[in-house]
Amino acid sequence: MNTVVTAVELAYWQQTAIRSVAALVAVLIPAGTLVYLYLFKMMSFMQSRLGPMEAGPYGSLQLLAEVGKFLQKEDLIPRAADRVVFKAAPFVVLVSTFLLVLVLPAGPDLWFINVDTGVFLALAVSSISVIGILMAGWGSASKYSLLGGLRAAGQLVAYELPLVLAVIGVVIQAGTLNMQEIVLAQANGEIFGWGAIGNPFVITQFLGFAIFLVAVQAELTQPPFDMPVAESEIVAGYLTEYSGMRFLLFFIAEFATAGIFAALAATLFLGGWYVPGLDPASDLFNLIGPLVLLTKIVLVSFLIFWFRFTYPRFREDQLQQLAWKVLIPLALANIVVTGVLKVVF
Amino acid sequence: MSVVVLCAALPGLDPLTGGEVLVAQNVAFAVIGLTMVAAALRMVTTTNVVHAALYLVIVLAGAAGLFILLGAEFVAVTQVLVYIGAIVVLFLFGIMLTRGSYGTDEDVGRERHLMAALVGVLVLGVTAGSLVDTFRDAELARSAPSTAAQIGDSIFGQYIVPFEAISVLLLAALIGAVVVARSD
Repeated sequence: MNTVVTAVELAYWQQTAIRSVAALVAVLIPAGTLVYLYLFKMMSFMQSRLGPMEAGPYGSLQLLAEVGKFLQKEDLIPRAADRVVFKAAPFVVLVSTFLLVLVLPAGPDLWFINVDTGVFLALAVSSISVIGILMAGWGSASKYSLLGGLRAAGQLVAYELPLVLAVIGVVIQAGTLNMQEIVLAQANGEIFGWGAIGNPFVITQFLGFAIFLVAVQAELTQPPFDMPVAESEIVAGYLTEYSGMRFLLFFIAEFATAGIFAALAATLFLGGWYVPGLDPASDLFNLIGPLVLLTKIVLVSFLIFWFRFTYPRFREDQLQQLAWKVLIPLALANIVVTGVLKVVF
Repeated sequence: MSVVVLCAALPGLDPLTGGEVLVAQNVAFAVIGLTMVAAALRMVTTTNVVHAALYLVIVLAGAAGLFILLGAEFVAVTQVLVYIGAIVVLFLFGIMLTRGSYGTDEDVGRERHLMAALVGVLVLGVTAGSLVDTFRDAELARSAPSTAAQIGDSIFGQYIVPFEAISVLLLAALIGAVVVARSD
């Protein structure tokens, strides 16, 4: 531990309390940033309109207004619905989001859990959200919801494979699953002997980065992969019957997960909290690390939302073909090439 | 619930210390164990297939929590990824595609409960008996938590032949399933 941190000794429960609050902040701040910056503003500019302008300067308080609106709405439950499953579904999705944020490091000493299995844990808990979506789809007792839930499950299972396989290249290069060590491997690494900017894996693992982003887009069920909530076909898929608070929870989970996946991509491929030119062990990173990470999240999610607002929706068969016939073979080839290069050099 | 317990237990994953009674671990074990038993009982007594699959999620998450208590972090994460993330999702997917009725399923009856309970008790007896018989009062060495690197080394070193054999077997099963499913 560094000198600044050892100056304050905290009991284990105090650290845990601080980490719990920090996790809440780490889920909500990126989610709010993304919704305002991209969903409200960038989307509007791309469509030649201004977006929200009334609440606060440039509509910056619109988010609070939206939250207030959702909180006032009635929490409707269909009469035929399975009440317990229907009510629990948004929380299961939210549990997945909160477990996901835990593996992200934001500085040399700023982490929630610093575990050996790091990125593997992240990929495992991200799959829990599928259960929540299936619960929402089935529990609503509505045909649109059920169709949406089934489409979501088929899509999420198909795209989880390229997501995991794309990360394996990074793991081979870094030689570890631990997120903190993956950051350090990029900070201290060098590309074929040239180490001026370390080795951000986006350069040597560009194919992995591209596959990861496409798979993330599908995991988030964002356009062009929004078959599960296709509004022109099945109203809003598994969200059809939800209103008020529970819809808000799904909404928060979706954008928080977008932010966290962007943070994962930033940590795995762009060096996480590290910026070139500084000693990765220095205390400075405990201060600027979170800001560096947030900047990288905004950069990566710019790509995610750019795709979202640009491309039309895939058909179901095109969607499955892209996963099984293009992304997975490419990811496997990437693993083989990375493994061979790792052994040779 | 168990999933929350699972991650609450993660940061406290200290190497097991010799001799002393581990209070926190025992409390966590009791909580996870009771949750698992309750969920398992509800799973076999509920009359709705979807509810049964959802109770199964709780049981499997509890198993992952128990692996973490034993310091087998990699196995716990694999448990979540494979069983909760893939197998239960497949169950739910299959149930919802084919039936997924609400309320009580007519053909989920209780007439086979006695036989099933008998088989369950028999399996428990055989497992417990063989475990007790094998270890007697031998004290297991308290080792440090295993790391992913150790597991990787032993799979691709010591156990490379069985690992490859299982891979080929699974591939054959996969191809067989495709052949059976495709009519042309």
